[in-house]
Amino acid sequence: MSFHHRHLLGIEGLSASDISLILDTAEKMREVSERPLKKVPALRGKLVINLFFEPSTRTRSSFEIAEKRLSADTMNFSTSTSSVKKGETFLDTVLTLERMRPDCYVMRHGSPGAFHIMFPHTTARLVNAGDGAHEHPTQALLDALTIRENKGGFDGLNVLIVGDIAHPRVVRSNIHLLRTMGANVTVCGPATLMPPHVERLGVEVVTNFEEALRDKDVVMMLRIQLERQRSGLFPSLLEYYKTYGLTRRRLALAREDAIVMHPGPMNRGVEIASDVADGPRSVILDQVENGVAIRMAVLYLLLSGGEDEAAD
Amino acid sequence: MKRLIKNGRVVDPSQGFDNTLDILIKDGRISNVDKKISSKGLEVFDATGLVVAPGFIDLHVHLREPGFEHKETIASGLDAALAGGFTGVCCMPNTEPVNDTASTTRYILDRAKASGTVAVYPIAAISKGSQGKELAPYAELREEGVRAVSDDGMPVTNAAFMRRVLEYAGSLGLLVIDHAEDPWLTGDGSMHEGSVSVRLGLKGIPAASEVIPILRDIELARLTGQRIHIAHVSTRGAVEAIRTAKEQGVQVSAEATPHHFSLTDEAVVSFDTRTKMSPPLRSQEDVDAVIEGLADGTLDCIASDHAPHAYEEKMVEFDQAPNGIIGLQTSVPLALDQLVRTKKVSLDRMVDAFSCAPARLLGLSDKGTLVPGADADLTIFSTRKQTCLREEDIRSLSRNSPYLGMKLRGAVAATVIGGTIHPAS
Repeated sequence: MSFHHRHLLGIEGLSASDISLILDTAEKMREVSERPLKKVPALRGKLVINLFFEPSTRTRSSFEIAEKRLSADTMNFSTSTSSVKKGETFLDTVLTLERMRPDCYVMRHGSPGAFHIMFPHTTARLVNAGDGAHEHPTQALLDALTIRENKGGFDGLNVLIVGDIAHPRVVRSNIHLLRTMGANVTVCGPATLMPPHVERLGVEVVTNFEEALRDKDVVMMLRIQLERQRSGLFPSLLEYYKTYGLTRRRLALAREDAIVMHPGPMNRGVEIASDVADGPRSVILDQVENGVAIRMAVLYLLLSGGEDEAAD
Repeated sequence: MKRLIKNGRVVDPSQGFDNTLDILIKDGRISNVDKKISSKGLEVFDATGLVVAPGFIDLHVHLREPGFEHKETIASGLDAALAGGFTGVCCMPNTEPVNDTASTTRYILDRAKASGTVAVYPIAAISKGSQGKELAPYAELREEGVRAVSDDGMPVTNAAFMRRVLEYAGSLGLLVIDHAEDPWLTGDGSMHEGSVSVRLGLKGIPAASEVIPILRDIELARLTGQRIHIAHVSTRGAVEAIRTAKEQGVQVSAEATPHHFSLTDEAVVSFDTRTKMSPPLRSQEDVDAVIEGLADGTLDCIASDHAPHAYEEKMVEFDQAPNGIIGLQTSVPLALDQLVRTKKVSLDRMVDAFSCAPARLLGLSDKGTLVPGADADLTIFSTRKQTCLREEDIRSLSRNSPYLGMKLRGAVAATVIGGTIHPAS
């Protein structure tokens, strides 16, 4: 089986077998990180540019480690201000980097769909590391790998995603992935943090957290960004914690073998209680470790293939 | 100087014509419309197989001059209008400076006179600097030739101020053109709020952002007994509100753009910034309502909202891109292809929407009709010939059209202004 996509821009458009292939490859990649010499020569001589138009520590370091373990040459291009404000257009930035002859861009950008400007101007592969509130496919894949490890599969699994559903980039990717793999997805959070028409993505919407937790196998907590409170989307952090914070008492309402996930960074005492975050049901740090494996798998599948060079 | 437009299908809703007729033009005016007028000694334009209509007037165009000549100039915009079949255009005041003085209006009219044959009807600002606070000098502007006022792109948010505008402008016979939008509901949204925006992660603009100010302004028109014209109607709620108000006798009129009757928010999945405009492309349900509104006359006019932007301005991230597309050269083919060919709107109603209705709203008694004595402004078009706009056909300085390469059935054959025939190239 081989991966027939030129780029990884999102989960929307991937088939169940595409997703399984990435997860299977990631499982093999994990072994590399356990070796004393954590490196394989798979991408020797390939240049990967990490193009970050928004600040990111976790995702960028995770990609960088994955690239290095595969022996790729890496270059980080980060800018915290938008290129528009800087006076250079995004396209000009890309055209400039293009002459450094990269084989792949890993890009984080604040604007949904920013990739579409690059397409006609690059021959490199593109990996989306988050485009606005649109997609963040590698995060959804590492979440999936963590779920598969713990639950054995996805079919009929009840997954609850809790918190700010409107703004984070990973929500849509997670929903597409879990739906494609046969899981049932429920989203829960204050109505003001729920994107209008979210039910059109094929999820159930429940506002009451206790009710939503019933029969859940996976509870995925999302980060509450403090500026959401300041922009009037909910009254106070304390009220948020009281209504949507995952406490031990609440977790008891889910299935007894339910796992707890969080993409990080966490706000302890806002969306999650410390004893849950650090408790036996938490797989939050496994997610971090799986992140490197998933990113290695994605880069390997996109960049190492000889026979599929012309595909897609 | 006499000319004969021979054997065309003459459609003039102002007189209820739809027959094969000849039109005799004398000294720039319509002299006679009849069957088989003798062509002896006359210059003849054979319109066999073509539709001949009173000249089309576009109520909503951004000519960008003064101030944004890198996007469009009055000359290039009028060239595009002529190619698109328009004998007259109204230009919006959001230039630099804003057209809120008689001298800026005079400048535009002088440039228009020097630039082309298409008539320009400048729309002046509702408020000084389009800031929504102080009335622009309407009497002085009217003396200079202004027939309508609008703060297009800068919606008037204060209802008490809008009331004063309707009273003062109405007393002078000026048409108030309303860009109806609630800036807080729009927020930093960049597309229609619906099932597509949730998929794309782009911030949405709810339909209510348009409907709420329209309901407000309908009530203000009722309160003041004055006219109001709603620009670029894009939602079902707005169409229904306007229909109800008209039934109740409120003096409200409205326009729709070709993009709001031919494209839905699905087009945005390409993240192509040529699908970004204000108001945004809406859902299929809204598109259907706009078409029904045009068919039954709830929406009086078709106007392009021609909004040129330079390549580098549009070649940016979707949520950072400016709103608007060019439309002068695609309006008529889109209406013929999407409304008339599909039999959703009659040809008669289409001609009314492009010609008679805008002329009526602007109070241009010599336009929008083929009665003897009227100006010999005609739009001649084919309902069968295909239009496929290529980049090299664009007369505008800007190229931001989502319709490039699209095959549309219907094409402009000639634009006649003051009796002079300008064949489409």
